[in-house]
Amino acid sequence: MSHSAADAPGLGKDLVGIEHLSARQIHNILDTAEPFKEISERRIKKVPTLRGKTIVNLFFEASTRTRISFEFAEKRLSADTVNIDASRSSVSKGETLVDTARNLEAMKIDMVVMRHWASGAAQFLAERIPSNVINAGDGAHEHPTQALLDMLTLRDHLGAIAGKRVCIVGDVRHSRVARSNIFGLLKLGAEVAVCGPPTLIPLHVSELGVRVFHRVEEAIEWAHALNVLRLQLERMEAGFVPSLREYNRIYGVSRARLAASPEPLLILHPGPMNRGVEIDSDVADGPHSVILQQVTNGVAVRMAVLYLLSGGRPEKAEAAKVEEVT
Amino acid sequence: MPDQFRIPIMREDAVGRAIARMAREIVERNEGTDRLALMGIHRRGVQIARLLQAEIERAASVRVPCGSIDITLYRDDLMVIGPRPVIGETKLPAGGIDNRAVVIVDDVIFSGRTARAAMNELMDWGRASRIYYCVLVDRAGRELPIQPDIVGRAVTVLPQQRVDVLVPEIDGVLGVAIVTTSPEAA
Repeated sequence: MSHSAADAPGLGKDLVGIEHLSARQIHNILDTAEPFKEISERRIKKVPTLRGKTIVNLFFEASTRTRISFEFAEKRLSADTVNIDASRSSVSKGETLVDTARNLEAMKIDMVVMRHWASGAAQFLAERIPSNVINAGDGAHEHPTQALLDMLTLRDHLGAIAGKRVCIVGDVRHSRVARSNIFGLLKLGAEVAVCGPPTLIPLHVSELGVRVFHRVEEAIEWAHALNVLRLQLERMEAGFVPSLREYNRIYGVSRARLAASPEPLLILHPGPMNRGVEIDSDVADGPHSVILQQVTNGVAVRMAVLYLLSGGRPEKAEAAKVEEVT
Repeated sequence: MPDQFRIPIMREDAVGRAIARMAREIVERNEGTDRLALMGIHRRGVQIARLLQAEIERAASVRVPCGSIDITLYRDDLMVIGPRPVIGETKLPAGGIDNRAVVIVDDVIFSGRTARAAMNELMDWGRASRIYYCVLVDRAGRELPIQPDIVGRAVTVLPQQRVDVLVPEIDGVLGVAIVTTSPEAA
């Protein structure tokens, strides 16, 4: 635990993004996630912490990994969960969300975990309902819990994040994972770079204090860790890259390329992987890949976020500390 | 916070004598050290459990397994006070708790809610053949029908008074003090 209980800051009502969190709040989430890792190793993988709480997983976009990870986290904390697959719904954004929110509230829920295709949807919802809202990815905006689990995994392996060099490789332009990671890593004092074809790198990204590489070889030479993003097929169809094969030849993370690095690089990938496109199998399954540990850490980080948002009366924690001494 | 009224009621030697008697009582109750295990409640109960472990080893030449338990996630007041910032480690004693006589050790018993939470958590970890509750200080104010089996010292305090157990690992000294939190209450 790097921070004492006394100065641990609360999270407030919602987790919409990393951008507006402080470094201390991020540290607090990561520290809280540590003991939650162990719960998933128990024979009875369940604690009664959120018993009686109702959580709605509202997914307007297909997701398997994130939804299941949240669902495990919720169930291991004893919450009651309902999954709503709204991905096939064709109704337009604004009205639907308000209506959905009102309907959910009418059923007396406590928290909403939402994935939505529109950037800003989580904030929109958070402002309109009294329940806690957790952003599980909104458009190209943010995916805070993914960045938190990436940071937890980096911290597990690199000891600390401050001073480490992390490069995000791939489709940074369309990636909420990249945005959340850039915000979080910079706040924790890491050096951050992005690498990809010019069509997939946002124009003014360097203004955030991020270095830009257009050759993956340079990124490998520079970084302590690579976070390799999934290249979505539709990007090729939209003309951002000529072909998947060409992308792999120029930007694919391969064993041969990694061999040029002075020290072994930590390899992260938010999944699902396109083997043979952005990452080669021998790297994904290699000794320095922590991709499956990211998945494990994802459950712990989400348990920590659910726990920290529940109750949500940090000012009363002060009074409790006095009582704790007795 | 005005902590002006701090009255020490047990110094290191007094705590040592209480621990020695409690250790003997544990062994006596269990009819020996066979299949015995200690579980200290995070944080100061862990230190008290270690003292008991050392004392049993000194008296009976047996090292009883000792674990720790953090009950934060089993508290019943999460929705009232909000989440605790730091959750400690729960570590089972070597060999687990199945078919063992488990002594839950805490520094102070007050409302009894911590004991309730600790027992619930232990049940999730396995099936102890028997559970004892052992505290260094028993103070009034129970909110649940729970009583400790083994007590170092029972003290009478006012509701607005607090009992502090001090352990070397956290507080630098070993001892017990009664603290009156507001001067008006004295």
